[in-house]
Amino acid sequence: MPDTRKDIISQLQKDILLWEGFRPPTADEGGTFGLGPIEAAFPNGVFPTGNIHEFLTEDISQAAASGGFIAGLLSVLMRNGGACLWIGMAQTVFPPALKAFGVQPHRVIFINLMHEHDVLWAMEEALKCSGLAAVIGEVRAIDFKQSRRLQLAVEQSRVTGFILRDAGQLGNTACTARWRVTSLPSEPVDDLPGLGHPRWQVDLLRVRNGKPGSWVMEWANEQFITHPAIQHHETLTQAG
Amino acid sequence: MQKRFMCIWFRHLLTDWVTIRKPDLKDTALVIAAPERGRMIITAANQLAEQQGIYKGTTVADARAASSGLEVLDDEPGKAAKLLRLLGLRCIRYTPIVAIDLPDGLILDISGCAHLWGGEREYLKEIILKLRAKGFDARGAIADTIGAAWAVARFGKVSPIIAAGMQAAAITALSPEALRLEADVLERLKKLGFRTIGSFMSMPGSVLRRRFGNGILVRLRQALDFEKEVITPLIPPVPYQERLPCMEPIKTATGIEVAIQQLLEQLCTRLQSEGMGVRKAVLKCYRVDGKMVQVGISTNRGSHSVSHLFKLFNLQIDKIEPALGIELFILEAPKVEEIDPVPEQLWANQPGLEDTTLAELLDKLAGKVGLNTISRYLPVEHYWPERSVKQAISLQEQPPTSWRTDRQRPVRLLSRPEKVEVMALIPDYPPKIFVYRGKRHTIQRADGPERIEREWWLDQGDHRDYYTVEDTDGCRYWLFRSGHYDNEGVEWFIHGFFA
Repeated sequence: MPDTRKDIISQLQKDILLWEGFRPPTADEGGTFGLGPIEAAFPNGVFPTGNIHEFLTEDISQAAASGGFIAGLLSVLMRNGGACLWIGMAQTVFPPALKAFGVQPHRVIFINLMHEHDVLWAMEEALKCSGLAAVIGEVRAIDFKQSRRLQLAVEQSRVTGFILRDAGQLGNTACTARWRVTSLPSEPVDDLPGLGHPRWQVDLLRVRNGKPGSWVMEWANEQFITHPAIQHHETLTQAG
Repeated sequence: MQKRFMCIWFRHLLTDWVTIRKPDLKDTALVIAAPERGRMIITAANQLAEQQGIYKGTTVADARAASSGLEVLDDEPGKAAKLLRLLGLRCIRYTPIVAIDLPDGLILDISGCAHLWGGEREYLKEIILKLRAKGFDARGAIADTIGAAWAVARFGKVSPIIAAGMQAAAITALSPEALRLEADVLERLKKLGFRTIGSFMSMPGSVLRRRFGNGILVRLRQALDFEKEVITPLIPPVPYQERLPCMEPIKTATGIEVAIQQLLEQLCTRLQSEGMGVRKAVLKCYRVDGKMVQVGISTNRGSHSVSHLFKLFNLQIDKIEPALGIELFILEAPKVEEIDPVPEQLWANQPGLEDTTLAELLDKLAGKVGLNTISRYLPVEHYWPERSVKQAISLQEQPPTSWRTDRQRPVRLLSRPEKVEVMALIPDYPPKIFVYRGKRHTIQRADGPERIEREWWLDQGDHRDYYTVEDTDGCRYWLFRSGHYDNEGVEWFIHGFFA
């Protein structure tokens, strides 16, 4: 009875996740992010809100790409009028740009702190606050213990947390997903000269109880558009 | 409760202070003098000088004639008040209500304090000995009234502690000066042969008033506890207090809410005008059945925002048990602090941005890392990128104009544009190659130029021609050329990074 055994194992895996505090959101709760095939990579096929997502950034252009991708996600998270906190060490986000990603920039509160431990502290406090739609934190590195604290905070409050961190010194973390967003050359729109819509390669390097993968995404007309996926599982699992 | 007062008299306040500062003057006759009508008049003399017959009011010339080694120092106006204030602040440890009694005394309201030191005798001894150990020649007395204590401290010869109700007996043998009367009244009393207070104490009030004015009656009544005397405490105890008596006992949560709102409005109006904010506040509810219930709040940072404090109190309302009803609300702020007046509005509540928990969170964050780290941006009608946003003053401030979307703006903006090396083939065309931080980027696609003029009424300088460029890796950048192409030494900058 291979099928039954497989079913039992997958059911047990789900149970273990629940016991670990991970609660996969149901389709109606999470709302649709329009991420298409990426959402299918997550447990239950739903983008996990109320969890910590980790984004690796190697340089400022990757930080910009990640910022754009996160802003696209924020537009869905904040659509009910919620506010979000963007905690970092230096103000580099240019608020007017967020408008292009469907976020009301004046509903984002920026907090610029001197020290990294302050950023993590503020982030933890913010993630405990259920009145927020999302919290974004920019740090250099985060270890397992710190990420576990953040994950425990969101398990109570169901706030979605995004961590932008340097790609170096990668350790194990308690984050639900690890992403890497890299800019890709854009395609001209209607054969017009100049730049097209922002296009990224979105790598889901690790995801708890899901399938890592790699996709090409575009942000156009205030929504995500997925292009036929380029799969390279092997390299990704090694990298993650 | 029976009031008890203590008066402390510093016999040589100013000279003692000089001696403390300059111990080598200890064995010298010392006076302090101030010019008055062309002469130097002595305003204070130490004990040695007094032994030589030099008193307050003598001229310096006369004093020098009487004593050869006299040390004369200049008077410093207001010195006595300053010293008394410092001494009074030291005495706060003995009682919360300490008042200055110019020119040379302190008044302490010690009601209910002395037993903590094991009785009034020990209490008095402790204070006086401490002051004497510091070097001040102090005398003290305790009585039911300020008047009696004042008199006994200065003129008493029997006991410094006057038992409750015994003030008449204590002052009867003292000279009229002990009543704190004006000089001309004293003069008249002396002329008429009234050498002690007892000799006129029992006279009818109308007779005394006709002869000596109302002042003597007031002082006498104050000393004998027929009239209350008010002192101004050095540090007002619980200065931030608001009372709300209720006509009908309040029983409902809504009623309590209204009361809190009203009290907070009164308190916050006052706090606002003084630039202070509440750190701790206590609401005391006096119930009809004689019991009192209280709830307290505290903030991470001083606040005088009604809505914010109300939110904090709102969480506590269910802890108030009204029973048969509350007839008096008292709101006290035992701990307040000075605050920055402007950004206080940040904490006001308003739907949208605006959740109780968010305001509380920001309160907490601001309390730890400072308010200046928190910012929110609103659009401004300027094309110049650095000026196109401004910081919002408060959480409820709405954007004055809508956010522009007609032009792409970079997600990351450098606070200061950085210079880049470029290679542009044709004037007014986007560059082909640029070098940023040692890395060469070959441009594949570009949009632009978007010319942004400097606002000449705000600042001077070259305009900027912005290009949105994409290199072969797919990274998108915001470059600009400062000024016209044909200018000598045209410079290129990188200003931002697109998603």
